[in-house]
Amino acid sequence: MSSPHVNEGFLSAGQQVFQPSAGEDPFLVVDELTVRFPTHDGLVQAVTDLSYSVERGKTLGIVGESGSGKSVSSMAVLGLHDPRSTRLSGSIRVGGREIVGADEDDLRRLRGKDVAMIFQDPLSALHPFYSIGDQIAEAYLLHNKVSKREAKARAVEMLDRVGIPQARNRVDDFPHQFSGGMRQRAMIAMALVNDPKLLIADEPTTALDVTVQAQILDLLQDLQREFNSAIIIITHDLGVIAEMADDVLVMYAGRAVETGPTKLLLTNPEMPYTWGLLSSVPDVTASTDARLIPIPGNPPSLLNPPSGCPFNPRCAHKDKVPGDLCTTTLPDLLPAQVGEDHRRRCHLPDPEVIYGTEVLPEIAPNLVEQHEQTREEETR
Amino acid sequence: MAGYIVRRLLSAALVVVLTSMFVFALFFLGPANAARPLCDLNGRCNPEKLALLTEQLGLNDSVVNQYGIWAKGLVSDREIVFGPTFHCDAPCLGISYSTRGEVTTELFDRFPATISVAIGGGALYLVIGVVLGVVAAARRGTVVDRGLVAASLVIYSIPFYVVALVAWIFFSLEWGIFPDTTYHPISEGVGPWFWGLLLPWLVLGFTNSTTYARYTRGQMVETLGEDYIRTATAKGVRRSKVLFKHALRAAIVPVITLFGLDFAYLLTGTIFLEQIFQIDGIGRWAIEALRDPIDFPVVSATVLVGAIVIVVANLLVDIFYSFIDPRVRLA
Ligand SMILES: Nc1ncnc2c1ncn2[C@@H]1O[C@H](COP(=O)(O)OP(=O)(O)O)[C@@H](O)[C@H]1O
Ligand code: SF4
Ligand SMILES: [Mg+2]
Repeated sequence: MSSPHVNEGFLSAGQQVFQPSAGEDPFLVVDELTVRFPTHDGLVQAVTDLSYSVERGKTLGIVGESGSGKSVSSMAVLGLHDPRSTRLSGSIRVGGREIVGADEDDLRRLRGKDVAMIFQDPLSALHPFYSIGDQIAEAYLLHNKVSKREAKARAVEMLDRVGIPQARNRVDDFPHQFSGGMRQRAMIAMALVNDPKLLIADEPTTALDVTVQAQILDLLQDLQREFNSAIIIITHDLGVIAEMADDVLVMYAGRAVETGPTKLLLTNPEMPYTWGLLSSVPDVTASTDARLIPIPGNPPSLLNPPSGCPFNPRCAHKDKVPGDLCTTTLPDLLPAQVGEDHRRRCHLPDPEVIYGTEVLPEIAPNLVEQHEQTREEETR
Repeated sequence: MAGYIVRRLLSAALVVVLTSMFVFALFFLGPANAARPLCDLNGRCNPEKLALLTEQLGLNDSVVNQYGIWAKGLVSDREIVFGPTFHCDAPCLGISYSTRGEVTTELFDRFPATISVAIGGGALYLVIGVVLGVVAAARRGTVVDRGLVAASLVIYSIPFYVVALVAWIFFSLEWGIFPDTTYHPISEGVGPWFWGLLLPWLVLGFTNSTTYARYTRGQMVETLGEDYIRTATAKGVRRSKVLFKHALRAAIVPVITLFGLDFAYLLTGTIFLEQIFQIDGIGRWAIEALRDPIDFPVVSATVLVGAIVIVVANLLVDIFYSFIDPRVRLA
């Protein structure tokens, strides 16, 4: 499920505090992105008013249960939604260029060049009838004026770079001849073949076993250091977030419900849904005497989302909010109590207190004291 | 790869041998005496004449012997006696009862016409069908797509021979758009050969391409939902190449399977076309041979050839698979 590198303590206070780098504009700016799919059953509200940005050299982690709109929102960055069956609004700027409404030719030049993507299941994401080398070489040929031979040589170089042993001999293999981990390495090689400025990794390790998962994450970090790329890593695994991400975006029912620097958000979460995610991480409980508590209930229907806070049908804390705000009024994404650049979408007036006194003692009692300390330090 | 092809060749050869036994059994061991039609041919048939012919044709021998003699004729010359003695060069498929000529010679004369009609028509409807199918899948739900599907259902419901007859009557006789629909061997020049066959090809193409369009469309719609198609788009591959390279490469496999399975159907269509457009091919020959009195050696030869063509078509389909799908190649 999650990375073995982070089998304890990512809930504890970190030394690093997120510092927004001055000057340079973020490479990717998503602003009020809304994605709707008209279907026979009604309008699927897959993503609503989503805003975030990522700078080069930084990693944004997007986390949420399956169906929360993580893939839909990131596919929009590459303009991968069919305009005939999708209603998309808002703005997505990549390196200053607007993606929403851009024509197909412009999108094509961007795809695989400035922005590359790797997908969850490398077996189904690679074409079964073309060799690994041909698929990587194709990605290179599309954006560089080189011969087929040069492109093939580049494919070998990339396979070598991502740690495929004897790359020269394996370059003509087909996907079914590679192991799962090697396939994901090949996908990464293909994504990085044009030195993209932004890499979107959509659950890159979900299909892999734990050891391979750790290797792949290490590889991504190495490559990021080398190329100074921005990375968006999509996952439902907070362990991966803790290891990889500088910033986190928690999504629920197509919306951002909590955002902030990783360490801060994981130690001082202020939204009951994030608490739920933390409670259901096996790594936390494995190292302490706490319990694994899955979030009760199911993700809401996106055809007919609940009124008010989308999390309210599953929320154990809504009785602490005065009146019936939770069921009638959608909370805004407002600055949180603890920490800079930390925002949360919740009506609770004192979530940091509830977390420290009610939630944390349940899931990780040994961390309560630490939480108390950082809370005082960080509270503005 | 080579091993795979050899294995497939051997099994195809086995199928042909079994078919030849079956054909032999069907025509020479059937309820009717195979000497009877020959006996009826010249003059009145009487019991003595029939007995003599039966003896001369070896029909009193054991079945195995008869098949052995027949099969041996495929590799070495044979003398065949019914009345006079006929020399029959290997590969010998017998002497025609009606023309008294060697069946094999006439078979080789007629084969190019049939195969020209079948391959040309088949290629035409395969290509048209696949292209239309890809276009419909790419424009799923639009007028183009719906129109194509509707048209294909209409065309599918018209009997093939009606289309062929109407085409011949109007395009050839009435309007003279295709004045010359006689078959010219390719040795007389590619031009006459091509123009002579164009109308039969178009008839085959028109009636069958919509089936292939619909089938290709279905396969393409499914393939376009695959993750690797999204990967191709995300790499920056242009739409046309996503469709015709990445998607079609996978979607075409079941389409070619259908084509292989349909080959018998294609040959049936060819028989009609040869009749209507008076092409002296195998189909027309077989129909003439089936008239009373039946010309057994010709009928058996045509059935055998039909079987071989179908076996070869399926063999080619299998070899095609192994080229297109690396997983088959290594299996
Ligand atoms: N093309 C589509 N048409 C209709 N609904 C879609 C489409 N693509 C995604 N969805 C729906 O949008 C929601 C969000 O999906 P997704 O972004 O894939 O979730 P995840 O967070 O698991 O990646 C899901 O409910 C999914 O069923
Ligand atoms: S707004 Fe209300 S329902 Fe939503 S998470 Fe906060 S307390 Fe729970
Ligand atoms: Mg997803």
